[in-house]
Amino acid sequence: MNNSQNRSTRRNTRAWSRWGALLGGSALAIYGISRRSKSGAALAAAGGVLVYSGSRLNSQPGTIHAESSFTVNVQPEEAYRFWLNFENLPKFMSHLQSVHKIDDRRSEWVARGPMQFRVKWTAEIVDQRENEWIVWRSDPNVAFRNSGSVQFRRAPGNRGTEVTVALQYDVPAGAVGKAFARLFGKDPSQTIYEDLRHFKQLMEAGEIATTVGQSHGRRSKIVRLGHALYPDVRPRPIQTAQGRETLQEARVS
Amino acid sequence: MKALCWYGAEDVRVESVEDPKILNPHDAIIKITRTAICGSDLHLYDGYMPTLEAGDILGHEFMGEVVELGPEVKNLKVGDRVVVPFTIACGKCFFCEQQLWSLCDNTNPNAWIAESIMGYSPSGLYGYTHMTGGYAGGQAQYARVPFANVGPLKIPDGIPDDKVLFLTDIFPTGYMAAENCNIHPGDVIAIWGCGPVGQFAIRSCKMLGAERVIAIDRFPERLRMAEEGGAEVINYEQVDSVLGTLRDMTANRGPDACIDAVGMEASGHSIPFLYDNIKQKMRMSFDRPQVLREVILAVRKGGTVSVPGVYGGFVDKMPMGAFMNKGVTMRTGQTHMMRYMKPLLDRIMKGEIDPSFVISHVLPLEEAPHGYKIFRDKQENCTKVVLDPWAEAKAA
Repeated sequence: MNNSQNRSTRRNTRAWSRWGALLGGSALAIYGISRRSKSGAALAAAGGVLVYSGSRLNSQPGTIHAESSFTVNVQPEEAYRFWLNFENLPKFMSHLQSVHKIDDRRSEWVARGPMQFRVKWTAEIVDQRENEWIVWRSDPNVAFRNSGSVQFRRAPGNRGTEVTVALQYDVPAGAVGKAFARLFGKDPSQTIYEDLRHFKQLMEAGEIATTVGQSHGRRSKIVRLGHALYPDVRPRPIQTAQGRETLQEARVS
Repeated sequence: MKALCWYGAEDVRVESVEDPKILNPHDAIIKITRTAICGSDLHLYDGYMPTLEAGDILGHEFMGEVVELGPEVKNLKVGDRVVVPFTIACGKCFFCEQQLWSLCDNTNPNAWIAESIMGYSPSGLYGYTHMTGGYAGGQAQYARVPFANVGPLKIPDGIPDDKVLFLTDIFPTGYMAAENCNIHPGDVIAIWGCGPVGQFAIRSCKMLGAERVIAIDRFPERLRMAEEGGAEVINYEQVDSVLGTLRDMTANRGPDACIDAVGMEASGHSIPFLYDNIKQKMRMSFDRPQVLREVILAVRKGGTVSVPGVYGGFVDKMPMGAFMNKGVTMRTGQTHMMRYMKPLLDRIMKGEIDPSFVISHVLPLEEAPHGYKIFRDKQENCTKVVLDPWAEAKAA
């Protein structure tokens, strides 16, 4: 309990300093640009530096550890079956581009990255108990050595399944490592939490709720800036019919 | 298509925007035949609700014809005439299973914003804040309806739009407010606010067997409408004290239940009102909880307070001592629409009620900005504005 309190306090402090830098920096930059003068340009540049530092806090190389839980209103069997087909993971895990099964135990994973940059590795299931847990680990020789586990527990009172996910990535130093770490944002557990929310939506409702691509009137510069700074908080629409078919297959098989 | 977009406090404009598209497998596109301005839209119009973005399309009361369907919507077909509920529900989560539709877990794409303010997120809503999803609204010619397999209610031909349009929100909202009062024979219910939701709450309390309904407002045309619905009325500008008047009218028992059908922008003349008003104008507070305080003080011991009025954030100076020591129950929530739409449609079909009584203005969509203004300022005896998205605007 103490530990989790500490963690949440630390998370809040970090979040505030990051938000402070981002908001203050953005305001400074906008004000600077609006003055259209030399001193304005200097202000804008200073603002830009603040925004940059705000956005890169927590994008340091090292180890990324993320853990989160969500209750999903389906039986453990159904959640387990869907997860065990690792090819389903990119539908709700935002850092993954694709996963292809090689055989029953091994699969090839591709993580998405900024620009055209991709990270690939092979992973293997090292432990599993039907309808209860799955543990996997990457090939130990890859640059982004990683491991993960998911656990499914029947929730009390017929409330569905408590799903707990833990992921760990060793991230090498350098630009590629930094770019990869940025996929998980300032708080990797929060990122996995949102991924799990999308898992829940897929399992329960058959789709991930979205407003990306909907109609709207002209957006102001400030609104557009906000969307550019925080693209990660706007869920993408899922692949429509195709995504649904895979989900149904998983339920039948 | 044409749509009403929000650009800031008291700045709404009808603009040409892109037509909506199917984005998810359970989506439908509706060609809107009728839409309306809701009292809760006025909180957006006045700029008191956080997390709206310039360019957002407003409106959550709309109906029309299905013109396009996503591949997973099996219960509707193109050409169906439907009323769309303002709360969006997935139909599969724990809350939908409990019929708590407005608390759906899966329809708010921005649940994280709501979680940071409220702990847990309610369902997505049309044309409202981004905290509740930021879905494009229905004060437009077309709208995208997500989870169309759950929400829209089919309407038989032959019954005019204006009789069924208010199944989208205000009739079920007034009805749930009355149901939340847990009405027993002999009960006296007091209702603050004789706007459209208050009007439907009055009539719903009567339907549910209330002995007496006492309605409180200050606009003569709204009080007259309340009387026509069977309520006794109090014009709060013409009495010394609403609490004292209610005490007199109930021989000192107090109302068994009180409904706050006003919400976050209450009016009044007292010192606390002035304090709330200044605080809200300076954006130090979202809410002006004058009525909420009054209903807690007015209700009888062990009574019920029902709150259909919308609140956005935090309120202060709550008479918590009265609330606790009098053993008051408070029941709240956005309306669990799918519980009420079909039974209330049946009541309309049987002729028990004609909800169009509340309409004072039917305007072309182009004149929606004017509609917002007169509805907010209660000009031209405005009680409810209905919009026709396809009517030609009169030359100004």
